[in-house]
Amino acid sequence: MLDLAKSRWHPIAAAHDLPLRHVFHGQLLGREFAVWRADDGYVNIWENRCLHRGVRLSIGINDGRELKCQYHGWRYSNRTAGCTYIPAHPADAPARTITNRTFAAVERYGLVWSAEEPQGEVPEVAGFAEGELLALRAIPVNAPADVVAARLTGYRFQPSGYIDGSAAKVAVEASNAFSVALRSSEADASTLAVFFVQPVDSNRSVIRGVLDGEVEGAARLAVLRHHNELLSRLRVAVEAEAAREPAPAPLEPIIERVSPELAEMPEETTHGRKATIRVQVARKWPAADGIAGFELRPIKGLLPTFQPGAHIDVHLPNGLIRQYSITNGPGESDSYVIGVKLERDSKGGSTCLHETVREGDVLAISEPRNNFPLRRDALQTLFIAGGIGITPLLAMAQALNNQSLNHELHYFAQNEAQLAFPEKTSTLGASLKPHLGLTPEQTGAQLREILSGYGPDKHVYLCGPGPMLEAARSIAAEMGWPETAVHFEYFKNTNVIDDSTSFEVALARSCMTLTVPAGKTILEVMRDAGIDMPSSCEQGACGTCLATVIEGEPDHQDVYLNDAERKSGTKIMTCVSRAKSARLVLDL
Amino acid sequence: MSIAALCSDRVLLNDWHVIADLTNLSAHEPFQTRLLGVDLTVYCRGRYNKEVVRNDTGALVNATKRYGFLWACLGKPERDIVFVPEAEEEDRYLLTGGSIAVKVSGLRTVENFLDMGHFPFVHTGWLGEEPHTEVAPYKVELTAADELVATECKFYQPVASPTAKEGFVVDYIYKVIRPYTVALYKSNPVQKERLDVITLFVQPVDEENCVAHPFLCYLKDGSDEAGIRNFMQLIFAQDKPILENQLPRRLPLDPRAETPIRADAVAVLYRRWLRDKSVTYGAIPARM
Repeated sequence: MLDLAKSRWHPIAAAHDLPLRHVFHGQLLGREFAVWRADDGYVNIWENRCLHRGVRLSIGINDGRELKCQYHGWRYSNRTAGCTYIPAHPADAPARTITNRTFAAVERYGLVWSAEEPQGEVPEVAGFAEGELLALRAIPVNAPADVVAARLTGYRFQPSGYIDGSAAKVAVEASNAFSVALRSSEADASTLAVFFVQPVDSNRSVIRGVLDGEVEGAARLAVLRHHNELLSRLRVAVEAEAAREPAPAPLEPIIERVSPELAEMPEETTHGRKATIRVQVARKWPAADGIAGFELRPIKGLLPTFQPGAHIDVHLPNGLIRQYSITNGPGESDSYVIGVKLERDSKGGSTCLHETVREGDVLAISEPRNNFPLRRDALQTLFIAGGIGITPLLAMAQALNNQSLNHELHYFAQNEAQLAFPEKTSTLGASLKPHLGLTPEQTGAQLREILSGYGPDKHVYLCGPGPMLEAARSIAAEMGWPETAVHFEYFKNTNVIDDSTSFEVALARSCMTLTVPAGKTILEVMRDAGIDMPSSCEQGACGTCLATVIEGEPDHQDVYLNDAERKSGTKIMTCVSRAKSARLVLDL
Repeated sequence: MSIAALCSDRVLLNDWHVIADLTNLSAHEPFQTRLLGVDLTVYCRGRYNKEVVRNDTGALVNATKRYGFLWACLGKPERDIVFVPEAEEEDRYLLTGGSIAVKVSGLRTVENFLDMGHFPFVHTGWLGEEPHTEVAPYKVELTAADELVATECKFYQPVASPTAKEGFVVDYIYKVIRPYTVALYKSNPVQKERLDVITLFVQPVDEENCVAHPFLCYLKDGSDEAGIRNFMQLIFAQDKPILENQLPRRLPLDPRAETPIRADAVAVLYRRWLRDKSVTYGAIPARM
């Protein structure tokens, strides 16, 4: 019978068990749940253990957007249960697939419902009107659910409108192993009561009763007390009955194993430029002068977990593929919000989004990828955004703001009307520092001021137009900022790519040697040879197609690597960079 | 599997385990404890003699005293009690740190003792503090003596020890000596070139319960015994509620049961080392 129970919906909590920022410990068929409501109202039902060391998440911290494990501070996102941050490795983006097990959640009749492998819908109760019901106090009982349900068919109570009477007639309207519907009538008063029996474990249950009709004030208290007393009496009787039988063995829920690649600290997964997700433009609006905001909602299921700094590839109706940073704050996981600046003289990506794509349109996007990860172990973090460069930094600033970590967001723009996403930036309070209408010289002076006073445990993140980034990077270097503390992301690579050379590439792990002719990239030649290599912008800006160099001298033509990384000669962006030596050996 | 399942791991049955802090034993009242699922009674016969008796058979159990603890071996002792060289040094306090019962497998307790990543979250303001959360790469190796040693461990600690006056980056060495015995060496805040040593003898009460018996060898310079004990108990009291909320309570040896990160290099090797030694008591064995 308990096998059948797996496919059915059961109540596991009352809606009022999930007050603001609380984590509720639930249980169904021996399996523990951490149940929490995010500030946006979404109810999360998760396996009650952190994937890292098995610590119960029901003792974790609900910050309204994410759930944080008490043991090592791992953060899991609202909705997706994907891990967004691992404090022990602040410079790494967590592998996207570290995702806790989630269970279905539906709120109905003042109760929260879940199921291990749900089939069909939450039971429909004829005569129950949502919002006009009274949920009774949950009564735990040490007895199997079917024994409790059988006993409930004999439950006798007064209708809510005639609570002081004693002659009510009670009829069983329906019953099965997990619920009993009873109607009590006396004089002209009549109340429908449905009792759902939650099978907590083989020998433990919770009775969750719901009455039709709202009752207010003192009458409500009298009704609650009436059922409390009667149900408590029933509990004593059921427990005495159950104690006569040998207790069944407790259920042992199977805890799923993590995927094999998570058993080792994983390398980034390899895949080509694939758009595996379909989203609908739920909203398109002017986010600032010349900048359109797009809210992208999944057609089905949940969007993958993203981390601040992550971007997606958007496959456009005109065949172009463009990269946009996700601007969302932590826990805002029901859609991705991107900002697109209109660039009339470009190849037509932004024009297409501005002029052709409308609300309701479906777009194909890639999974989010994070090549611009945010450390959260700095004593102070500076964000310096130029124009549309605000987008990744906005996501980062919201993440630090949510954790009350010290940061400043310096936002350079021509004028106030060009400051994008005011509804998001306004939540940052005093940490937002706009710098408006500055000439290049004034911008330089301002950057000098912002970047003065480098100290250990300070980090700066830059995103904006190329010339501004160049200026900021050289000023930071002058002011004593080490390269490891200066993080940047270019929109695009404006270097003129020299692809006239020809050389050999040996792939050490694939045992393959390829010739890269003039006019073709390493990436293209590898793809032609059947090597599945991830890529995104394919112009040397985003960092997705990074490979490790074992031997040979790279000819760097990208804008992703910093000077130290270039000099080390151990990394190469395979989409634009080439070889100065006759041969390169890559760790692929 | 029932909690009182008996142990069949020879490596544990034929080893010595701490079963009591001698200062906790009374001449007037027999002391009840449990080792590897076997209930034991300790009787004090006169001032120095202790007798350890199995409650199930009434048989006498091998017992001896060392480092302020009473030790027992249920089988035939195959090797001596762990030798702690620092206990021979004149300028150290040798202290027992209080016997702390924890409702979790002793192997989980050992693994927690090897873990630096939790300092800022569990020992906030003492052994760690946000945002200093990074666990830098360290070295782990299996020695010729079949011990696991982690070296070059560094962590920023606001109050690293009972005598610390300010935060500093503390150097650690960890050593797993036996399945249920682990030691920690950390820089002394006064004599920074010397190391204080904590050896944690974990008593496997049964598969899902243990008692942690810390043995502290601290330099006397600038510290006092009560302060050292107090600090140890403060730190352990912070660990206990976390350990008691680990699911499952036994340590899973299947590499796919949990998700390790680079900071867990020593824990990953510890689990592998236990698998190689066929230690199953307190563990969930890996599927073949």
